[in-house]
Amino acid sequence: MGAAQASIIGAEERKANRAVAVEGRSVIFKIKRCDGPGKPWRWESFKVPTEPGSNVISSLRHIAANPVTVDGKETTPVVWDSGCLEEVCGACTMVINGRVRQSCSCLIDEYAPREGDEIVLEPMSKFPVIRDLWVDRTRMFNALERVKAWVPIDGTYNLGAGPQEDHDHQQMRYALSECMTCGCCLEACPQFIKKEHEDQWESSFIGPQAISQARLFNEHGTGKRLKDERMDTLTGPGGIQDCGNAQNCVKVCPKGIPLTESIAAIGRSATIHSIKKFFTGK
Amino acid sequence: MSEHRVIVVGGGLAGLAASIRIAEAGVPVDLFSMVPVKRSHSVCAQGGINACNEVARQQGYSEYQHFDETLIGGDFLNDQHPVLEMANWAPKIIDLLDRMGVPFNRSSEGYRDLRLFGGSLFKRTHFSGATTGQQLLYALDEQNRRFVSEGKVTEYNFWEFLYPITEGEGENKRAVGIVAQDMRTMQIRSFRADAVVMATGGCGLVFGKSTNSVICTGGAASRCFQAGAWYGNAEMIQVHPTAIPGADKCRLMSESARGEGGRVWVPAKKGDTRKPNDIPENERYYILEERYPKYGNLVPRDIATREIFDVCVNDGMGINGQNQVYLDLTHKDPDYLTEKLGGILDIYEKFAGEDPRFTPMKIFPAVHYSMGGLWTTYTPGDYSPSEPMPEHKPGNPIPVGNEQGHGLTIGAHNNAMTNIQGLYAFGEVNFAYHGATRLGANALLSCIFDGLCNGVSVVNYIRDENHAGVSEVDQSVYDNAVKQEQDKHDALLATTSNNNGNKENNPYQIAFELGEIMNNQSTVVKTAEGLQKCLDKIDELSERYKNVQLGDGAMWTNQSLSFTRTVGDMLILAEAIAKAGLLREESRGSHYRTDFPERDDEKFWKASVAKFNPNTGKSDIEFVPVKAGLVKLRPRTYGKTAPEKAETKTPEPANA
Repeated sequence: MGAAQASIIGAEERKANRAVAVEGRSVIFKIKRCDGPGKPWRWESFKVPTEPGSNVISSLRHIAANPVTVDGKETTPVVWDSGCLEEVCGACTMVINGRVRQSCSCLIDEYAPREGDEIVLEPMSKFPVIRDLWVDRTRMFNALERVKAWVPIDGTYNLGAGPQEDHDHQQMRYALSECMTCGCCLEACPQFIKKEHEDQWESSFIGPQAISQARLFNEHGTGKRLKDERMDTLTGPGGIQDCGNAQNCVKVCPKGIPLTESIAAIGRSATIHSIKKFFTGK
Repeated sequence: MSEHRVIVVGGGLAGLAASIRIAEAGVPVDLFSMVPVKRSHSVCAQGGINACNEVARQQGYSEYQHFDETLIGGDFLNDQHPVLEMANWAPKIIDLLDRMGVPFNRSSEGYRDLRLFGGSLFKRTHFSGATTGQQLLYALDEQNRRFVSEGKVTEYNFWEFLYPITEGEGENKRAVGIVAQDMRTMQIRSFRADAVVMATGGCGLVFGKSTNSVICTGGAASRCFQAGAWYGNAEMIQVHPTAIPGADKCRLMSESARGEGGRVWVPAKKGDTRKPNDIPENERYYILEERYPKYGNLVPRDIATREIFDVCVNDGMGINGQNQVYLDLTHKDPDYLTEKLGGILDIYEKFAGEDPRFTPMKIFPAVHYSMGGLWTTYTPGDYSPSEPMPEHKPGNPIPVGNEQGHGLTIGAHNNAMTNIQGLYAFGEVNFAYHGATRLGANALLSCIFDGLCNGVSVVNYIRDENHAGVSEVDQSVYDNAVKQEQDKHDALLATTSNNNGNKENNPYQIAFELGEIMNNQSTVVKTAEGLQKCLDKIDELSERYKNVQLGDGAMWTNQSLSFTRTVGDMLILAEAIAKAGLLREESRGSHYRTDFPERDDEKFWKASVAKFNPNTGKSDIEFVPVKAGLVKLRPRTYGKTAPEKAETKTPEPANA
C-alpha cells in the first residue's frame, strides 16, 4: 500500500479506535526514507511493539534502538526532527497516513488499534529533505524576516509599559501568536510550491504562516509602524495575490489559528495599501 | 583595535536575551543552537512569570518580598545577592516584554491580568494563556531576528556545541572560543570569541523521561564541566508534582492549573474504583489542602511532589492503586478555563483522551528542572545590612529602601561568570538563583534577567582595556581543539556495527538504564544505599560505554552519533548529581534523604561544588558556604498542620 491510498481518519474515528485498541500489539511503520539531498527514495517497514500511550515518537525511538526492517534487514536508524514532544515547538511535523501533523501528538491507539495495522510516515513534501523525515524549513523563518515580524522597540532598557490593550484584542492577538512555525499550512496549501534554493523563495508564494504573522504585528500598537513595509512585501511578487483561497491551511493548522481570517484582513490592507500608493506615488 | 565577538550557546530565553542585549551594545554575536531558536525548550514553559506589580504592591507586596519568598522557596541554598537583583528587575522585565508585544492576558479594564502561583499568597504571576514560555520566547526570537536582519547577530541553527576552547591554567584560564559541529553536514570547526555565554538549559534526559525537550541532555554543561568549569548543587533536581506520564516523555500540567483553583485529591477510601465525578465531596481526600491549610494546593513543588508520592507510594492510596492522583478543575467555569488554561487543557485532552474541563486529570510527579548548574560568581551591590534580616512581613518597611538595584554591581565583569574567565552561564544552566527548589514562574524570570542584566557584564568584560583580544591567540589552540573533537567523532564512527542484537553496547539501552536508575534513586526520595547503587550502576554503564557501538556510520546528518556522544557526557554529569546527593547528608528543598530527614545548616548550608577530575574521569565534590548575609535562616514549613521539627542550629552566614 502506498501513502496515497492510506486512509485519512477524522477525530471521531480516532476516538473510536482508541476505545478498541488492543493491548500488547505490534504495528507496522512504513517509512519513506532518503539518505540525503539528491539521493534516491526508498520505503522501509518496521514492526514496533506498542505500550500504553505509544506515539510516533516512542515508536521511532524503538526503531532507532533496533533498526531492523520487517524483512530482517539491518538498516540505519530513521532520522527525524523533534523537540518538545507536547505540540508547542513545531519540530516533529511530518506527513502521517497522508495528512500533515505533529508526530508527538499522534497516538498509535488512534491510528493503528489492531495487531499489524500500518502507519505510513513521510517527510513534508514542500521543503527540501535533509535526511529521511527531517526537512529544512529555513524558508519559513526567512519569510518572518521578510515581513518584519517584530515590534520595532526603542531598545531593551527600561522605558515603562507597552501600549495598553483591551481584553478582546489581546485574545485575538494571542490566537495568532500561537503559531509555532510548523509548516502544516504550507504543506496543505496548493499555491505554496517547494523551492530548493533560497534565491527562488522571494518570487514564490509566501504562504499563510507569514501572512498571519504580518497581521499579528500590524495589530500591535507599536508593531503597526512597520505596516507599510510589511504590505510592500505582501503586495509584491509571491504576495497575498497568489493565495488561491483553497482554505486548506485553516483545516490543518494544529493550533486552530484563524488563517483565512488573517488572509482576508491582509487582503483588505493590501487593497488600501495599493490605493494609497497609487495616489501618493510612494 | 580588532573586532570583538561573543558566542552565545543556546537560543532559549536566556540565550536570546543575552544575544539581544550584547548585539544592542554593538558587539557582534554568533548564536549557536541545536534547533531553530524558536523551537528551544523555553517554549514549554506554561504558567507565567513572577514580578511585583501595582495591585500586589498596594496589598503590601514588594520586590523585596519576592526576593524573600524565593529564598525560603529555595530553602536558603540560593546565592542571595543575585536573587535580590532579579526580584528588583522583575517588574521592568515585564514592561519590556509588554513593549515587545507579548500578549499578556488582560483584565476587563485592559491591565495585565495576574494569577496565583506556588510559594506566595499574592497574585504576582503574569501570564499569556497557559503558553507563557512560548509567547516570551517568540517575543525575544522576534527581536533577535531583527538583529539578524541587520547583520548584528549570526545564527548557527542545527549546530551542536562540542567543547569550549580555553587557554591558560588555573585562575588565568579563559575561554577564547568553541568547537561546534554542523548537525547536517557533520562538519566540525572552531569559532573564535572574546567571551562565551552558555545558555544551554537543563539536563532532564539524564533521568530518562522528564518534562524536558529532547535536546535537554545536559551535554553542553557536561562538556564545560569536563573542560574545568565547576558545577554547583548538582543534586538539586526539581520534580514537578503534576505531569501526565507518557511513553516518550512526561508532559507538564502547569502549576497554573492549581493557581487558577485546581485541587489535588485521591479517593478517601483506599481502593475506591468509582469514577471521580461519582465520588462525593466528603469522600475525597484533598491531600495538600488538609496538610497545608495556609498554602493549600500552592505549596512549593518539592513539598507537593513529596506529599503526592507519600500518598501513592507509602500509603497506596493512588487512584486504582496506581501512582496517580487527581488534579481537578471541574468546579470551574469551562469558558474561564479555556481562556486562562486552554493551552495545557488541550495537551491533556490530546494525550489522555479526556476533557479536563469535565473530568479530573490524572497526574503524577516528573523530573522537571535543574536548580543546579554551572557554578558562577558575581560582585555584590551596595546593599549590605549590618546583620541578616528576619522574615519579611507583607506591608513592613522594605529593608533595601525604595532604591532598586542593590543586589549586584551592574556590569561587573564577573557577574554570572564561571570559574573560567570569559565563560558565562545564563539561565537554567546557572546554579545561582533557585537554591534547593525553584518557585513556579521564577524560571522565565531568571533566564531573561541573566541575559539582560549580565549581558552587560559580558560586554564590559571584553571591552575592558586590560582584556587581551583573542585575535592574537595562536591558531594551534583552535586546531588542537578541533582535532580532539574530530578524533572523538571518528573513533565513535569507527565503532559502527550492525550487531544490533547486543544490548550491552547499544547507546539507547545505556541511556535507558541510566534514566531508570537516576529516576528511581536520585529524585524524590533518596537514601545513601540507593545513591550508592546509582553510582555503582553509573560505573557499570560507563564501562559498557567504552565499548559502545554506533548503529549508523553515515557521514551526513548522523543523529545516532550525536546522541551516542552525548550519552558519554550524560554519564559524567549523572555521576556528579548522584555523588553530590550522597555527600549531602541532610534534607533541603528538593533533596530529601530519608536517612537524614532534617535540614542541617551547620554542616550543609553550603553549595556543593563539583570539579571534574581528569585522572579519574569523575567528580571531586566540596561544600562551600552559601553566599548569604542578607536574610537570616529560618525554618521552612509553609504552615504544615503537624509541623516537623525545625532545625535548631543557625551558623553565621558567609559573605559573598
